[in-house]
Amino acid sequence: MTRRGRRLVLIGMALGVLGLAAALALSALRESIVFFVTPSELAAKPAEPGKRLRIGGLVEEGSVARDGIDNRFAVTDGAKSLKVTYRGVLPDLFREKQGVVAEGILDASGTFRADTVLAKHDENYMPREVVDGLKKQGVWQGQGSK
Amino acid sequence: MIPELAHFALVLACALALVRTVVALWGAARDDDALMAVAEPVALVECLFVALAFAGLVTLYVSSDFSVTNVFVNSHSAMALVYKVTGVWGNHEGSMLLWVLVLALCSALVALFGANLPPRLRARVLGVEGAIAAAFLLFILATSNPFLRLDPPPAEGQDLNPILQDIGLAIHPPLLYLGYVGCSVSFAFAVAALIEGKIDAAWARWVRPWTLGAWIFLTLGIAMGSYWAYYELGWGGFWFWDPVENASLMPWLATTALLHSALVMEKRDALKVWTVLLAILAFSLSLLGTFLVRSGVLTSVHTFANDPARGVFILAIFSVFVGGAFVLFALRAPALKPGGLFAPISREGALVLNNLLLTAACATMLTGTLYPLALEALTGEKISVGAPFFDRTVGPLLLCTIAVMPIGPLLSWKRGDLKGAAERLAFAAAIAAVVAGLALYLLRGGPLIAAIGLLIALYAIAGSLTEFADRIGLFRAPLADVSARLRGLPRAAFGVLFAHLGIAVSLLGIVSEVGWSEEKIISLKVGDRAEIAGYDIALAGVSQRDGPNYRELVGRMEVRRAGVVVAVLEPAKRLYEARNQPTTEAAIETFGFGQLYASLGEPGGDSIVARFYWKPLVTLIWLGAVLMAFGGALSLSDRRLRIGAPRRARSAMPVPAE
Repeated sequence: MTRRGRRLVLIGMALGVLGLAAALALSALRESIVFFVTPSELAAKPAEPGKRLRIGGLVEEGSVARDGIDNRFAVTDGAKSLKVTYRGVLPDLFREKQGVVAEGILDASGTFRADTVLAKHDENYMPREVVDGLKKQGVWQGQGSK
Repeated sequence: MIPELAHFALVLACALALVRTVVALWGAARDDDALMAVAEPVALVECLFVALAFAGLVTLYVSSDFSVTNVFVNSHSAMALVYKVTGVWGNHEGSMLLWVLVLALCSALVALFGANLPPRLRARVLGVEGAIAAAFLLFILATSNPFLRLDPPPAEGQDLNPILQDIGLAIHPPLLYLGYVGCSVSFAFAVAALIEGKIDAAWARWVRPWTLGAWIFLTLGIAMGSYWAYYELGWGGFWFWDPVENASLMPWLATTALLHSALVMEKRDALKVWTVLLAILAFSLSLLGTFLVRSGVLTSVHTFANDPARGVFILAIFSVFVGGAFVLFALRAPALKPGGLFAPISREGALVLNNLLLTAACATMLTGTLYPLALEALTGEKISVGAPFFDRTVGPLLLCTIAVMPIGPLLSWKRGDLKGAAERLAFAAAIAAVVAGLALYLLRGGPLIAAIGLLIALYAIAGSLTEFADRIGLFRAPLADVSARLRGLPRAAFGVLFAHLGIAVSLLGIVSEVGWSEEKIISLKVGDRAEIAGYDIALAGVSQRDGPNYRELVGRMEVRRAGVVVAVLEPAKRLYEARNQPTTEAAIETFGFGQLYASLGEPGGDSIVARFYWKPLVTLIWLGAVLMAFGGALSLSDRRLRIGAPRRARSAMPVPAE
């Protein structure tokens, strides 16, 4: 095979692999990205039921109720609050008035059914999306990050 | 006194690093031996000063000197001694100091063992390393000084973040840093070679041990971090595709690619430009990882409280070094002569394919990690790119990589025989298909992707063994010949075998965990039973216990199989009093290669929520990583890397590059 031919084969191989990677990435991006919304945004523009979402805010004071492995709580950004249900074990740092991010779907009754609930490793740390959401509502207090 | 002295030592180290950079690079540019000779002793003394500063911080932690802010915020007098020591790097300032210490150690090693490098290359490598060290020392001194005093000194510390009070975390960051910073040596070699405008097979031979060393530590560090998250966070997952985890996997992919391309360069003098680029990329990705972790621009479960000013500083360091290296690359790379030719079907060709797949996987990961940032900056929309994205992109690409892995070693250099290789692998593929089929039959099916992964993992194991058996003539030559060949084989050949087996074994563990794990979440009262994967678990009692700096609620669970008690699990819910922070302590029992995993949730009334997992073959994930690292270590100990190469290289030195 000539030098040119060899180079063409290599370039073809590179393009093939890149094409595969790009195709995988584009198809996955279309189907697996999840949008982050705050309770206020959700109230202003309700999402279609069944679409995966990420929500975040503070766990509303006095809203947490546990029944065995079923948990109910509300997430608030100061202006609006959203009811959330979650079946499973809540993370260690899940507390009232603490920042939380949940992923799941909105059901027809307007309750958010979470399948993942994230609170952070560090009690001083607040998810950035939650900070921005709270700032937008003007209820942000303190610098949040040390 | 200690904090002040240690701080002063850091300032001196920073000044020395600057001296080293300027004098060494200037000396190399003027070809002045006296100036270049300054670099080595300076690197050693600088390392000594950084070590002194680090020892100072350790002393402060061990003696619980709360007059130092950093100790006050991250330590407690009641903590066990081992956590007082590991607390040193369980926080931002201390971990940056560790980073710099490892960097200084690497430079000192280059200075000590670099006698066989050409003097100009050595001076430039030490100069570039010095610049990196100076930048990070400045960063510490300007934004993250661990030795700041607190007046008046408090009586008691605020305690180390409880989830960091764990032996896994004691080992994980130092290993990872050895890996990250090890990449800086390959980077320094690449930049030095670009300044020099000359690069040859000897260069690859010097870079390979450093890359290999960095790769071994990255492998172990990532595996350790994964195991730590698995048992400490109590969710039973081994990988979350979290940005911070991705930040450690990307340099690993890049160094894996670099190892393979440096091999082509060493043996065949080809792929020079690409290898230099990879060396730059690997360290750039390490720096990016540091930036992502330290600046908090990405939301990650691993992000701790942080300070935006630091992010800006690290971003500046990142831009200067990465930007500078790429500009240099753009200017000099065209001048580097292309090397040996090879047919597409050859071992070189296979290694190119390996490199393409690994870098494609790395690029996809980078895209997924940075895409949310870019989208938010451009449109203000907040999205998260999580596990589903990475599973569907990086997953298939890495599966492809592992699938072609056994073919490479079976092809010869320059021009290979694909048909012959396929014939030799057919047997391995057949065995894999039979075993996978049998396993699927016994397991009564499973998810498609897990079945494919299982097949590939088994085939890669069989394929790697086939290649090895082929080399020693097993089943073909008489037994005496086989054992003679086995003894004559270089250690690097065993290294390849173990590393390739390791990745396949890890894949087997991953596939089994993903495809056939069982999970049960249940609310239990004392005396209640739960059943999972044939194990019968009874909650025998719940009790309160006191630790040195925590209280814990312990559930005592008896595990029975066929009526016989086979294990007692004691998962706990701990409360660390100083921070009033709860943690979950999972209880794990290993049966064969599988694990039974139990963790507790919140107690409510007279019952408690418990979470059980059965994870078949899960330990293979980490054992595979250990195998890989072992293979790397074997390869590193190969005589050819230690002795033969430099000697040959020196005789080749006076000859200008072709």
